Amino acid sequence: MLEKTNVKVLDKVVVRFSGDSGDGMQLAGNIFTNVSAGVGNQVSTFPDYPAEIRAPQGSLSGVSGFQVSVGTGVYTPGDQADVLIAMNPAALKQNVKFLKPGGVIIVDIDSFKESDLKKALFETDQPFKELGITAQVVEVPVTSMTKAALAESSLDNKSVLKCRNIFALGLVCWLFDRPLESALQHLKNKFAKKPAIFEANAKVIQAGFDYGHNIHASVSTYRVETETARPGKYTDINGNTATAWGLIMASEKAGRPLFLGSYPITPATDILHELAKRKDLGVKACQMEDEIAGVCSAIGASFAGNLAVTSTSGPGLALKSEGIGLAVMAELPLVIIDVQRGGPSTGLPTKTEQTDLFQALYGRNGESPLAVVAPASPTDCFDMAFEACRIAVEHMTPVILLTDAFIGNGSSAWRIPEADEYPEIKPNYVPEELKATWRPYMRDEETKVRYWAIPGTEGCAHRLGGLEKDYNTGAISTDPVNHEKMVYTRKEKIDHIAKDIPALEVLCNPDADTLIVGWGGTFGHLYTAAEEMNKAGKNVAFAHFRYINPLPANTAEVFAKYKRVVVAELNTGQFADYLQAKFPEVKISRINKVQGQPFLVKEIIDGVTKIMEEK
Amino acid sequence: MEELKYTAANYKSDQSVRWCPGCGDHAILNSLHKAMATVGIAPHKTAVISGIGCSSRLPYYMNTYGFHTIHGRAAAIATGFKVANPEMTVWQISGDGDGLAIGGNHFIHAVRRNIDLNMLLLNNKIYGLTKGQYSPTSDRGFVSKSSPYGTTEDPFIPAELVFGARGNFFARSIDVELATTQEVLVAAAQHKGASVVEILQNCVIFNNGIHNYITDKEFRAERTIHLRHGEKMIFGKEGNMGLVQDGFLLKAVEIGKDGYTMDDVLVHDAHCKSNFLHQQLAMMDGHELPLAVGVIRDVEGLTYNEEIEKQVAEVKAKKNFSSLRDMILAGETWEVK
Repeated sequence: MLEKTNVKVLDKVVVRFSGDSGDGMQLAGNIFTNVSAGVGNQVSTFPDYPAEIRAPQGSLSGVSGFQVSVGTGVYTPGDQADVLIAMNPAALKQNVKFLKPGGVIIVDIDSFKESDLKKALFETDQPFKELGITAQVVEVPVTSMTKAALAESSLDNKSVLKCRNIFALGLVCWLFDRPLESALQHLKNKFAKKPAIFEANAKVIQAGFDYGHNIHASVSTYRVETETARPGKYTDINGNTATAWGLIMASEKAGRPLFLGSYPITPATDILHELAKRKDLGVKACQMEDEIAGVCSAIGASFAGNLAVTSTSGPGLALKSEGIGLAVMAELPLVIIDVQRGGPSTGLPTKTEQTDLFQALYGRNGESPLAVVAPASPTDCFDMAFEACRIAVEHMTPVILLTDAFIGNGSSAWRIPEADEYPEIKPNYVPEELKATWRPYMRDEETKVRYWAIPGTEGCAHRLGGLEKDYNTGAISTDPVNHEKMVYTRKEKIDHIAKDIPALEVLCNPDADTLIVGWGGTFGHLYTAAEEMNKAGKNVAFAHFRYINPLPANTAEVFAKYKRVVVAELNTGQFADYLQAKFPEVKISRINKVQGQPFLVKEIIDGVTKIMEEK
Repeated sequence: MEELKYTAANYKSDQSVRWCPGCGDHAILNSLHKAMATVGIAPHKTAVISGIGCSSRLPYYMNTYGFHTIHGRAAAIATGFKVANPEMTVWQISGDGDGLAIGGNHFIHAVRRNIDLNMLLLNNKIYGLTKGQYSPTSDRGFVSKSSPYGTTEDPFIPAELVFGARGNFFARSIDVELATTQEVLVAAAQHKGASVVEILQNCVIFNNGIHNYITDKEFRAERTIHLRHGEKMIFGKEGNMGLVQDGFLLKAVEIGKDGYTMDDVLVHDAHCKSNFLHQQLAMMDGHELPLAVGVIRDVEGLTYNEEIEKQVAEVKAKKNFSSLRDMILAGETWEVK
């Protein structure tokens, strides 16, 4: 079938679904992603949805988008889309800027009536001309075709219209040669409890697929390469789920039950949702009365002997500050997850940023150091959530895990690890031989890690608290010299973690003069940019930080090899400032973006190129 | 319950007690040590969790697991502790500022959830540790350093918050009445669920005599009534005063006068599901009607921590996996060979 049509062979393609926030674009996008992952593609997704659950229908503020890149060498959801699906004029207006030159736009032409254009604030009745669109536009009567497909169905009109997204999905499946059987299976799972809805969607997806086949003469058809990945079982996973699962893996490896104290907040709530489901693995996830109770219940659970976690986003982290300070002082293991969003204040709740770095590092009263780690991608959320737990438990400290909306909501194919792939986590329990003389702040003299006595253990009853304690006895102390000693002890304990984390790796072209530096969720864009620059003959090395405090022990050594270090981040330069303060001799240049959106690969290439051209 | 194998001394730590001489907290601490010995839960199976304030120093004086936390958050921290380690008996200590001002939200939610905590509220109607500001239980017009012309707001009545939050246990005592305090603390420990015990406490430095109207030995018998489940609501030096029903309200009468006999006097039912009468009893303030001490409400209910354990067991039993990997493999996956 395909050889008769005009087929483009690409190693990866980017598709962007867009429509009203009630149009089911996230569902269509998710199914397309899963189907693609199922045929062996690498996938990376970027849901871009409004803060309003249901803004006025057809309005510009109510547009919801879902971008996915599928194929090989996929590390980002792509800067721009090869194919844009716009279910109405507002979606077209908001999303046309994400289309690649030479890309294709598919619109539901039934939704381009005069009243629809008005809602999207078009001034003329020629929306494509008004937007200056020169790309190929495929006008598909999605609404009427969906209605026709369901003419004999018993569904009411409203339910019929809800199937429009699946018609579009059917069309996109045809376009990319995706097997409908797999899509049908996903729909079946989704509507397991609503057989009538499943039946309707099954008809509609077939209708969309057939429609694509029937009009093939007028569109380019794409085929997408499949990746030869490491053998094993795979599943599609988003960053928030990966985070939740990483915590569970850590709980299994540490032999301590998992407790989550949380409060709903965008874009972190999915972690609470997933862990609430995992009562089937013995996880206790408590939705508390506020953010403060979220962290405080976790602190109580930690004192009680659980692997304790609280999850939130920026404003919630601010509310938790005092509690985190208590965990610093009581030297209890605690993992705090901040899925960063645009700030300050309520800011851009559904958008991504890296602007909470300083808050994580410094946002507490007194000298209160703690460990900070940041995953690089959706799947890396699993590994770094595990690492956060390992560091917390083995070093008796709170650890902040800084993810962001982009990797939290974005998804990738993930190889399910074998049972023995992750190391045992060894809590620093009070050694048997010390029990007779043990005091609560007694610590390992080298690592400065204090011992953990689980309540209920006979002979280890002890009192902790937020007041300063005597280094030797653990009793309350206001002695000035003791206080200073305790301040430095807590600092040394955190610094010492550097000996227990992997060294910083240099990727791409290590012999170049210029080192691109990033941290956290920007890895995919920065890595792709560095690779493309090297391919184009502009030599650059790339180092990405996942351990923020302490930094890997070889950081200074790595920096010393390069003429210039370019730090690219989604804020006004917080990591650059942090590095500059630690390594004043290094010449640091900066690339910054604070738009609530991820980097574009092009922005990084342009930025680094410009810096390299300077003297 | 285990046999009495502990004495009060087993619950005392070696720390010297630092409250002001004459502070009501000394008597409450002694009553708590004795109550714990009576209940008989081992010290290492007991945790005492407090917030910030004078009363919150209490964990340091216990030979149990203890946590002196931050201002207002004791109830939230104790909640996480109990859920995580339900085998432990948890006492949570707050004052009126800690528990009802900065920690008011956690207080009502802990009561609403009915988590199995013994929640002590030491009410001295003042901020002592910050040297004398009015608290959320200070009476309207109360003059303090932060209300030099008198407050312009009404106080909380702690019992009313407890009932508003659908609490199942409320008891009250007075610091100087050691036996009553011990009695209600034991009852609180034996009650499953959130048990709130308000203890009227005297701050000898910043609010000395605030409860004198009630506690004055000369009038105490007339101005208080000790409620005991199943017993007549009688009070007074001679035991000749009683509470009777008066329409929807309560009335204090002299038995044998105005036609009232002992048969008219109400019998206290702390286990009654409806909190209507409990609320009226708890709101009596010693003026027209005597202030009630003892266990005012003690009703069984589903507890948060037990329901979590139950749900975990139920959900686990339905699934055929017991590890993360098996759970993931039971979902949608594909294989790359």
